[in-house]
Amino acid sequence: MLDKNGIAKRIAKEVQDGYYVNLGIGIPTLVANYVRDDIEVEFQSENGVLGMGPFPFEGEEDADIINAGKQTITTLPGASFFDSAMSFSMIRGQHVDLTILGAMEVAENGDIANWKIPGKMVKGMGGAMDLVASAENIIVAMMHTNRAGESKLLKKCSLPLTGVGCVKKVVTNLAVMEITNQGFKLLERAPGVSVEEIKNATEGTLIIEGDIPEMQI
Amino acid sequence: MINKKVANVSEALQGVKDNMTFMFGGFGLSGIPENAIAELVKKGVKGLKCISNNAGVDDFGLGLLLQGKQIDKMTSSYVGENDEFERQMLSGELEVELIPQGTLAERCRAAQAGFPAIYTPAGYGTEVAEGKETREFDGKMYVLEYAFKADFAFVKAWKGDAAGNLIFKGTARNFNPNMCGAAKITVAEVEELVPVGELDPNQIHIPGIFVQRIFKGERYEKRIEQRTVRQRD
Repeated sequence: MLDKNGIAKRIAKEVQDGYYVNLGIGIPTLVANYVRDDIEVEFQSENGVLGMGPFPFEGEEDADIINAGKQTITTLPGASFFDSAMSFSMIRGQHVDLTILGAMEVAENGDIANWKIPGKMVKGMGGAMDLVASAENIIVAMMHTNRAGESKLLKKCSLPLTGVGCVKKVVTNLAVMEITNQGFKLLERAPGVSVEEIKNATEGTLIIEGDIPEMQI
Repeated sequence: MINKKVANVSEALQGVKDNMTFMFGGFGLSGIPENAIAELVKKGVKGLKCISNNAGVDDFGLGLLLQGKQIDKMTSSYVGENDEFERQMLSGELEVELIPQGTLAERCRAAQAGFPAIYTPAGYGTEVAEGKETREFDGKMYVLEYAFKADFAFVKAWKGDAAGNLIFKGTARNFNPNMCGAAKITVAEVEELVPVGELDPNQIHIPGIFVQRIFKGERYEKRIEQRTVRQRD
């Protein structure tokens, strides 16, 4: 089974040379730490920066340079700043190659829910609805089950949706799955996790074809 | 040169009244018009409808107006990190309209640019699109979203001049440029008000035509919400 860093490490393998990538808050943010250093990638943050670098050294934080999670950041050579409308032009206009975000629930048809739990939590969707409505390549990073042990990979989302039919791939602590017309197609198992365990933790339709290889991370 | 300079924040906020609709630049606490917010607290205007990506934190930013119960309605994309906000929303004291961040930006820009409405794919098929007109273009569904209508836009820039020209810094730019000229009156506060002619026309982000009043802000706190650092090797 993977921890959050393990999930981030596996997703980092999906990042290719020349990609512009938008990382959501939480596990997705960790992906930046594991991208191969022999490829060129630029990270976009929807509050208005392209070419995000690592966190600053202590004493070098700048209140005017933050990421979408409101964390202090730095920029790399070639970086640029821009306003919110232009930032979402990059996103809606499909200039960003890969979007990685977290989710509370994903359905077997690619629906995603991650912004509201009625009566409990309403923080808002931020840029998530714009991202999922437009991105061609969306990978969800999340735990396979919630704290109560219930599956987060469902036939149908129970929470208010963020977007419909948009998720392409899901990487969890247990597995890598692709969304197909028939449901979640199991591609890889996490180290030490059996197909049976993944099946038991998945409420939605899980398609298992042939031998399922273990993830290489 | 048409002079937009006013002496201070009090003069800049002349005409502000109860029940008006205001836009506030900023993302989190970055690039918020701190001086205008402080003056609105001081004036005690009430019944405000505010358009702002976030609602500040409990003791800073728009959180200060929430504490004084000066706001009736918030239109935002993300409102976490604010207990008083959550309390007022759940109790029904505060009306909240949550919309996608890109939609918020574009509804500002539409108002600035003279478009009555825009079509966006964001939110289609979700509760955000409920009751709204939708339309298919090239096989994909879009939601009709209207341009905002606001009385004042309060923005904050890094540098400006008396002509109203503005330059922003870093990610403190965010919604500020999109709100300039998107309300009846745009009030810009700047960290540095430089003599006219000093700003390079090639480097100006917002031309003065979009700004009605400009003043030099004071005592900027520029709070950091999530101070995150890495260790030196």
